Amino acid sequence: MKKLTKKLGILLLALPLAQVAVADVSPEEELVKFQNYYKQKFPDVPFQDFANGVYSIDPASREQWEALEEFPPYEIDIEEGKRLFETPFANGKSYADCFENGGIGIAQNYPYFDTEKKEVITLALAINRCRIENGEKPLKYKKGKIAKILAYMAYTSRGNTLDIKIPNKDALEAWKKGRQFYFSRRGQLNLACAHCHLDNAGRRIRADILSPALGHPTHFPVYRSKWGELGTLHRRFAGCNKQVRAKPFKAQSEEYRNLEYFLTYMSNGLKLNGPGVRK
Amino acid sequence: MRMKTLVIPSLSALALVSTLTVAPTVSAAEDTAALIEEGKRIAFNRKKGNCLACHAIEGGALPGNIGPPLVNMKERFPDKAKLKEQIWDATRANPYTIMPPFGRHEILEPDEVDKVVEFIYSL
Ligand code: HEC
Ligand code: HEC
Repeated sequence: MKKLTKKLGILLLALPLAQVAVADVSPEEELVKFQNYYKQKFPDVPFQDFANGVYSIDPASREQWEALEEFPPYEIDIEEGKRLFETPFANGKSYADCFENGGIGIAQNYPYFDTEKKEVITLALAINRCRIENGEKPLKYKKGKIAKILAYMAYTSRGNTLDIKIPNKDALEAWKKGRQFYFSRRGQLNLACAHCHLDNAGRRIRADILSPALGHPTHFPVYRSKWGELGTLHRRFAGCNKQVRAKPFKAQSEEYRNLEYFLTYMSNGLKLNGPGVRK
Repeated sequence: MRMKTLVIPSLSALALVSTLTVAPTVSAAEDTAALIEEGKRIAFNRKKGNCLACHAIEGGALPGNIGPPLVNMKERFPDKAKLKEQIWDATRANPYTIMPPFGRHEILEPDEVDKVVEFIYSL
């Protein structure tokens, strides 16, 4: 049995990594392969549980985490986020005017591909565009007020199922660029995201267990003990880039938005559970 | 000019004579032991080799398990040059490897790689 899973692993692994240069990958097929890979690798993990990151596969740290979630450190951020969200702009309008359903319970539709502007729109970007349209200054993207607003918006979307669409050819290009990013070696240490979170998910890198990529975007923003505060998904991307001694991209750069688009699409079918708490 | 070229060789010849006469085997063994010790420090240092991130190595606490435990290295690598190649650039043996190319990407200086090789070879 052990031998078989190992063989399976190698087969599937070589596949996504080797295919990077292939032009005609289909997102639908890739999604099935990607999700099946994790289901086979972690047969005891119920599909929806992948939304819990490393705690879905590590019973030892799960207990501590569940204890943390009973009095979550982000609770006060959700409240502050709600207050910020509901505070009108100088022109009398508010965030609610910029979003479908007044911005409540909509995070599962982000990021989406804007077919007119031909770019990926993340929820964080949409928040700042809303501010700019209403004559306000944009917020910084990695932490602080925007993370709190995102926390509130995520909270109102808990339980909603991720359903990211790829509407046309331009969108497909953006998805492919995100995919390319995920499988590209980077930095002095020469590592791709896929090395750690796909090939070696479940293994220990020193004392840390590597989480599956499936489920990564469901619970952001997160309160990280290491940060001592809330941070956004792009803050985490930058952290993982720096870890391999690569120069990080800017939060909300086209590169990171495409990456988020790819990664979130690959988690389609999972329910949102943000904000989260992590080590 | 002539004086200089005469003086320098005579000095190094002296040095050579002294290492040859003062118990050569003991000092060679001491040198290797020192190299191994230095290699170990470099291998375990998180900012240098950080090999424990992925490999269990005797004497290292809380190792990762991404790569195989590093044991019986002389049997695994009868040819030391092959061992050096694995550490210098693991992508030569496996193009998809997660193991960083310590020499090729200058994560370690060439002499640091050599010291790490001595240490790993001693396992
Ligand atoms: C050298 C290994 C390594 C590489 C390469 C790496 N990561 Fe990570 N990543 C980690 C570790 C360790 C953690 C913390 C433990 C965990 O949740 O996996 C982490 C955590 C994360 C998290 C947070 C998970 C959560 O549940 O909150 C995200 C998202 C993430 N990584 C994305 C990426 C992306 C995108 C890339 C490539 C740009 C990348 N990582 C590259 C090691 C790596
Ligand atoms: C990020 C993970 C990682 C790090 C860091 C790492 N290795 Fe490796 N190493 C591997 C993997 C995985 C293999 C298995 C073969 C392969 O994929 O290249 C390996 C294989 C080896 C082998 C061959 C083992 C055998 O029995 O065939 C040696 C020797 C080795 N590593 C030495 C080192 C040394 C020395 C360091 C630190 C200077 C180091 N490794 C750091 C992941 C790593």
